[in-house]
Amino acid sequence: MASRRSALTAIGRQFRPLLDGWGNALATLAILVTACVLLPGVFEWSILRADWQPDAERCRALLGTGACWGVIVEKYPLILFGRYPFDQHWRPALACGLLLAALWLAGSGRLRVRPALALLSGALLGFLALLHGGGFGLPIVDSQLWGGLPLTLLLATGGMAGALPLGILLALGRRSRLPLLRSCCAFYIELVRGVPMISVLFVAAFLFPLFLPDRAGGSALWRVLPAIVGFAAAYLAEVVRGGLQSVPAGQGDAAAALGLSRWQCLRHVILPQALRAALPALVNTFIGLFKDVSLVTVVSLYELTGALTLALSGDAQWRAFYLEGYLFIGLIYWLGCLALSNFGRRLERRLQYSSRDC
Amino acid sequence: MNIAGWKCCSALIAVLALTPLAAHAGKTLDLVRQQGRVACGVSTGLAGFSGVDSKGNWSGLDTDICRGIAAAVLGDPGKVKWLPLNSQQRFTALQAGEVDVLSRNTTWTLTRDASMGLHFTAITYYDGQGFMVPKQSKASSVKQLRNAEICVQSGTTTEKNLNDYFRAQGAKVRPVVFESFEASLKAFFSGRCQAYTTDVSSLVSIRDKEAPKPGDYVILPEVISKEPLGPAVRRGDDEWFAIVKWLVFALIEAEELGITQANADSLRSSPNPAVQRLLGSGDDSGRLLGLDREWALRAIKAVGNYGEIFERNLGSGSSLKLPRGSNALWTKGGLMYAPPVR
Repeated sequence: MASRRSALTAIGRQFRPLLDGWGNALATLAILVTACVLLPGVFEWSILRADWQPDAERCRALLGTGACWGVIVEKYPLILFGRYPFDQHWRPALACGLLLAALWLAGSGRLRVRPALALLSGALLGFLALLHGGGFGLPIVDSQLWGGLPLTLLLATGGMAGALPLGILLALGRRSRLPLLRSCCAFYIELVRGVPMISVLFVAAFLFPLFLPDRAGGSALWRVLPAIVGFAAAYLAEVVRGGLQSVPAGQGDAAAALGLSRWQCLRHVILPQALRAALPALVNTFIGLFKDVSLVTVVSLYELTGALTLALSGDAQWRAFYLEGYLFIGLIYWLGCLALSNFGRRLERRLQYSSRDC
Repeated sequence: MNIAGWKCCSALIAVLALTPLAAHAGKTLDLVRQQGRVACGVSTGLAGFSGVDSKGNWSGLDTDICRGIAAAVLGDPGKVKWLPLNSQQRFTALQAGEVDVLSRNTTWTLTRDASMGLHFTAITYYDGQGFMVPKQSKASSVKQLRNAEICVQSGTTTEKNLNDYFRAQGAKVRPVVFESFEASLKAFFSGRCQAYTTDVSSLVSIRDKEAPKPGDYVILPEVISKEPLGPAVRRGDDEWFAIVKWLVFALIEAEELGITQANADSLRSSPNPAVQRLLGSGDDSGRLLGLDREWALRAIKAVGNYGEIFERNLGSGSSLKLPRGSNALWTKGGLMYAPPVR
């Protein structure tokens, strides 16, 4: 009996601040009323009246009253894999599975840094080999046909993997003692941060080939990926610089006094502390980059959102059910971002423990 | 996406449009033969014109033109590399050599023909701009839309026509501009605007397929603009220009001569010299274009004559059920008229 009462008071303690005083009580009431007004409608639209059959006629009858999840059932190969040849869809599916498994394993903390990096590079290479084909009897698929989830993953992971080292170099360059290097890095960072990502993508995809000899530019993907790396690196550089500035000057002096070379000092003393301090902001930038990848739609690369447009806008039967498609993609993005922030949190915890060692 | 981003984009395109083009060393035809495919710029999806079906295949009037070109030039309608382009990037992609043909429901205008580094070849669809209003608004003419808010998609000739038309009437109009097609539609159907304007070819299917209740909307009788749509090619390659242009003419001429996908082979022995010339059993019409004598025969066998292409994608054989209207042959009261293949 006593234990139940103490359990009740424990629950009561949870809710008490919600009704404590006029302001809190009013806020609680407002939130409850909003939820009561909105949630039944959402529930009715998305579940009660929704239809799961891929039947355009039945969906048409529901337009405006219930969700048509059938559009996902009908179009999911196009939304997930874009224009990749249909009979080869197992390849992007396997490639995505491979990359996600490697990312999960590397992020789970079971591996040390070097094996994790080796695993990731191996998975990325396998990913590219599967998509491109050419060996083991797999027909070659031009990168212009890559789309949907694999493209989003490739641009996001490739962008992050390339941008982090470049960003660190830029940040170090901006704090360098050489005036020329310092001003070059600062100029680059300010230039890139000052223009919208869309225009950078446009220049990479369409303006750049004009300067090259006849069609030597290759597929737009291999021009856009470096553009994303260069763009994200400028933002990361400032994040890393913030981390570098948080390391007390005495750390460097102490390392020098111990006889460490400048490189050793950077590698073993300054950077580990700087990156740890910058970690929350780094994860933040990565999540932003992951979502910014959807902008490549404007240069004819059809990642998830672009693939959705391709899948629906040309089909008069299904065109009306965009909202359901966007919600589906929103779910995928949400899961991706959730995984990223989870990884960031775990890394933070781990680094806090290991901080005693140094 | 924010407006500033798009403004920046448009500025970039304007810069690109004014950039003198690098002369291309190889002719397009040689390049197409060498690479074994025609690179074709299509829309990212416009029902009846170009779009991907649930099995990943491209279909539509615009895509059939590209298939016809591939059949005529390479002997295989499947040898097309599709490049879906949005309305902002289409001209740049053509100039940059990403595509050999831009077959993307693009309106032929003086500005585009004279300043965008491209040439329009022939007209494959005569469209015009119309209006749709909710029935309850009781509007029966565009004139009643003075001061109305009208939903319209940006980056198209539609937006400009809207302003021009009402300015000519000495009336004011308030366009509500959206970047994407679906956003403009959702806005209209949720009551954001008193009217929606786009090409007539789209209005019917929009009402029938996307309105919550099709009966609640009416399409006004006025058509305020001419929107001749057709494939365009890069400037500076007259041979390729001629091939694309005469491919379209051949498909129209085939309908006029009664040549269809089914009877093309058997009509090769027709006594009519015009039929013989088109199908390659008479005078060689392909040699002057740099092709062989059966170029048109292959195209017709691959995609059918113009009438068949129309009915399959937009007319009775499609879910859109559009009438031929202006797109009927000139002999049947329409505007489709091809110079003689002679």
